Amino acid sequence: MDTNEHEHVIEVTDLRRVYGGGFEAVRGISFSVARGEIFALLGTNGAGKTSTVELLEGLASPSGGRVRVLGHDPFRERAAVRPRTGVMLQEGGFPSELTVGETTRMWAGCTGGARPEAEALALVGLAGKAGVRVKQLSGGERRRLDLALALLGEPEVLFLDEPTTGLDAEGRRDTWELVRALRDSGTTVLLTTHYLEEAEGLADRLAILHEGRIAASGTPAEVTADRPSRISFELPAGYFPGDLPPLAELGVCGHEVAGRTVRLHTRELQRAATGLLVWAGRAGVELRGLDVRSASLEEAFLSIAREQRPTAGAAA
Amino acid sequence: MSALTPRAAPASAPTVRRLRALARAELTLLGRNRSAVLTALLVPLALPFTVRPAVDGIDLRAEGLNLGTVTLTAAIGFSLLFAVYTSLVSAFVARREELVLKRLRTGELGDPEILVGTSLPAVCIGLVQSLVLSAGCVLLLDAGAPQAPYLTVLGLLTGLVLCAALAALTSAFTKTTESAQVTALPLVLVSMIGSGIAVPAQILPDRFAAVCELLPLSPAIRLVGGGWTGGLSTSEALGAMATALAWTVVAVFAVRRWFRWEPRR
Repeated sequence: MDTNEHEHVIEVTDLRRVYGGGFEAVRGISFSVARGEIFALLGTNGAGKTSTVELLEGLASPSGGRVRVLGHDPFRERAAVRPRTGVMLQEGGFPSELTVGETTRMWAGCTGGARPEAEALALVGLAGKAGVRVKQLSGGERRRLDLALALLGEPEVLFLDEPTTGLDAEGRRDTWELVRALRDSGTTVLLTTHYLEEAEGLADRLAILHEGRIAASGTPAEVTADRPSRISFELPAGYFPGDLPPLAELGVCGHEVAGRTVRLHTRELQRAATGLLVWAGRAGVELRGLDVRSASLEEAFLSIAREQRPTAGAAA
Repeated sequence: MSALTPRAAPASAPTVRRLRALARAELTLLGRNRSAVLTALLVPLALPFTVRPAVDGIDLRAEGLNLGTVTLTAAIGFSLLFAVYTSLVSAFVARREELVLKRLRTGELGDPEILVGTSLPAVCIGLVQSLVLSAGCVLLLDAGAPQAPYLTVLGLLTGLVLCAALAALTSAFTKTTESAQVTALPLVLVSMIGSGIAVPAQILPDRFAAVCELLPLSPAIRLVGGGWTGGLSTSEALGAMATALAWTVVAVFAVRRWFRWEPRR
């Protein structure tokens, strides 16, 4: 084997993807995924998640930068990489007139050392559906069939593009459990999602993509630790923002006032909250709608998604 | 959890097994598409008989032909055009639009394998149909035994390969399976008239015939017919083979260059 247990199974360096029309979907991103890790690419629609994953899967060659999967270029050295990876595309990919069983048999015939077809279907809870045509499956069942086929070759590396979109709550939980079990038995998983709880609960590490760039990355805890916490409240009647104690002394790094609602951002939540409450206590006023919250992944994600880059544009 | 443990270094499936798996699925799909079955099976069986009135007024013997060989050549030509070419244009477009081709490319199959595996059922149907139609023409229409069978076989094989490659190429310029009916039409019409299928090439005006000899399916049909009647000189046969080879090289190159694996967004 040309890879050892500890090196990075996926390595991405300054990756770029420019489409025919000149649109730059991926604008120089770098990250790596270690063996046995679940890595999530999180982002809004159009952030560049699928454009990135397609380059990792070897479906297209990058416009710039470098991708290595298991030490190989997944586009140029396709034959070396494909027997060791499993791929679930964002949508479709199966003839609607074939049955689940026929589709699975076809994929098994094209996959070296495939696990038994029934076992693959059982893993995703489709054991009883072998005789059903693909067109009669629900959206969630189709996602699970796609997952079953991605697992057919018992891959070392699994690419899952929005694996739980269209699944109900139970199906989503089942998929999460399966992905965790795969990770625990040594499979490396790269998934994309726009569900925050999916990334937070499932991923060992994640990267938030925004307009083709990585806006934040690390473990879920690291990503949220970077973000300021938030305090919001309504100004008491008769008070103005200038009546508040000096914000810098409270450790506040930014604030917004909208109508009577004040929102403070701070990296020292306890100090800012204490200062504010002591001030309110001394003044004898009630802070209505008081909301003190530490940074969550959602907070991080939303504030990144709100950021507008002045240089952003389709021109390339 | 042993069922989930990844293997160390799996070998990929052998090419023959992969092609068989893909071709089997493709054949199942063909069988479930009624209009595709009609086009592939009935049209080549029915159309050759429409040739008869066209040749009735012509002195076939003077051209070294008879009704059997003319019908046989037409039948094989129609089989190539409808059972192979037209049906494969639809198949390639349908698989592309359902993202099947894209999904296949994420697996172990190489690009040429995907194209060959998808083409196999239609090509085999074209082959079997040609054999059945030839036998029919020999038994019912007195086509006689082929004088140079290797030329007929060679013509049939190049025709099959070329039709599959041209179908892949045509699919690149076809947006939907419905429009495949239209985009496949030019080659079908041109071949029927100019390549000696609906009209025997021998009865075309000389100057027109010289140009038509260069059409994509002309050499294949010429080799099929000439092999049967023995009416081709060595140089004519070599010329036809060279033209067929040139078209095959051009078509394969064009497929590599222009084939679309994913729908246009």
